[in-house]
Amino acid sequence: MTEVDITLTVNGATRTGSTEARKTLADFLRDDLSLTGTHLGCEHGVCGACTVIVDSRAVRSCLMLAVQAAGSDVTTIEGLAMKGAGEAGGELSTLQQAMWDSHSFQCGFCTPGMVMQAAAFLSAHPDADEQQIREALSGNICRCTGYQSIVDGVLLAAERIRER
Amino acid sequence: MKLAPVDYEAPRTLSEAVDLLAEYQDEASVLAGGQSLIPLLALRLAQPAVLIDINGVAELAGVSQTDGWVTIGATTREYVAEESVTIADKLPLLAAALPLIGHEAIRSRGTVGGSLAHADPAAELPAVARALDAEFVVRGPDGERVVPAAEWFEGYLTTSRQADELLTEVRFPAARPGTGTSFQEVARRHGDFAMVGLATSVTLDDGTITDARLAFAGVSDVPARATAAEEILAGQRPSAELFDEAARQAAADIDPPSDLHGSAEYRKKVAAALVRRGLREAVDNAQERQ
Repeated sequence: MTEVDITLTVNGATRTGSTEARKTLADFLRDDLSLTGTHLGCEHGVCGACTVIVDSRAVRSCLMLAVQAAGSDVTTIEGLAMKGAGEAGGELSTLQQAMWDSHSFQCGFCTPGMVMQAAAFLSAHPDADEQQIREALSGNICRCTGYQSIVDGVLLAAERIRER
Repeated sequence: MKLAPVDYEAPRTLSEAVDLLAEYQDEASVLAGGQSLIPLLALRLAQPAVLIDINGVAELAGVSQTDGWVTIGATTREYVAEESVTIADKLPLLAAALPLIGHEAIRSRGTVGGSLAHADPAAELPAVARALDAEFVVRGPDGERVVPAAEWFEGYLTTSRQADELLTEVRFPAARPGTGTSFQEVARRHGDFAMVGLATSVTLDDGTITDARLAFAGVSDVPARATAAEEILAGQRPSAELFDEAARQAAADIDPPSDLHGSAEYRKKVAAALVRRGLREAVDNAQERQ
């Protein structure tokens, strides 16, 4: 069994740790860094709940080993609000506020993955239409909403981003 | 759902990677994008003693072109291939198939070589490689070997790669003028594995089909060429009747599986419909590329 020392950037801060090779990035974030905002649903790459942003791309953190994130820049759900205010627990991001205003979510389990997927997509495609947003979110499963309220929230965020 | 304990090697060069494979052989799994391997490890359907992570081998990634061929390094990520101008221009069939692989987050990590080495017969890229007669370059302790697509896929998740060999790159012949392509699939939801998929490539010369390729995904344990249907098309002028005849032949020649997503009989009907759709779109594209 291999233990590996890794250094990576998480939500703007440099973090170091020692991890077993078999540990996924999701488990490392949750268990070693206590960032439990990242949720684990299926743990084999089907549900999308564990989506985080690695080097500007949405990635399923249950399908990436922690050792593979060494040297990478990782953003988790905890890092979105931080960016707006420059510190933890700051103001909601434009996307988060728009989803709040749209009552996008119910139980909250899929929320972090859905928000991170939408955040990565919107930063690359601020002009996206409803069909493109549905396509981008198609890998994230929600069992409560029927998706309409989620899509509404992302559309509202896109509109607010474009108006800025 | 947690991976079993496993050793980990992260070679930085191709020769280091090949040496490690020679040392561990069957005990090792090669980790590229991990989008198929890590689920197998999490479900403990695969329990290698060591993972050889080739993501740090820089020379394995990249897209290049030389005299009529486009070469894609094994660890080229699917989203990178999706954004490649060379692939959009020279390999329209591959460009059409790439956005259908999994979901956006899967393509962030998944690699072209990884999908082709994993060899899921329902996946898009194996059908594309089979349709275009791609060439697989593998490297082992005795040097390099080139395997044609027809000999690469041996069975479900099984290729002719030996335990001490590493897939380093895949070469695709660039589409010639007059060639049109189409990738069609029917899946329960976008992003799911297709119940049936079809890679189509048609070359027209002066209105006559000089070359037709049809490769199915999801109908057998390997991506399957519809050779009898291809022969019906060769030398003919495109028409709805001709496409119907090819579709009937292609559907008659396959023996697809039945599962909870669809019966074998249903898959045959889908296959015939995809042949008609694929040929229509490919011929339209071929006429535009004359």
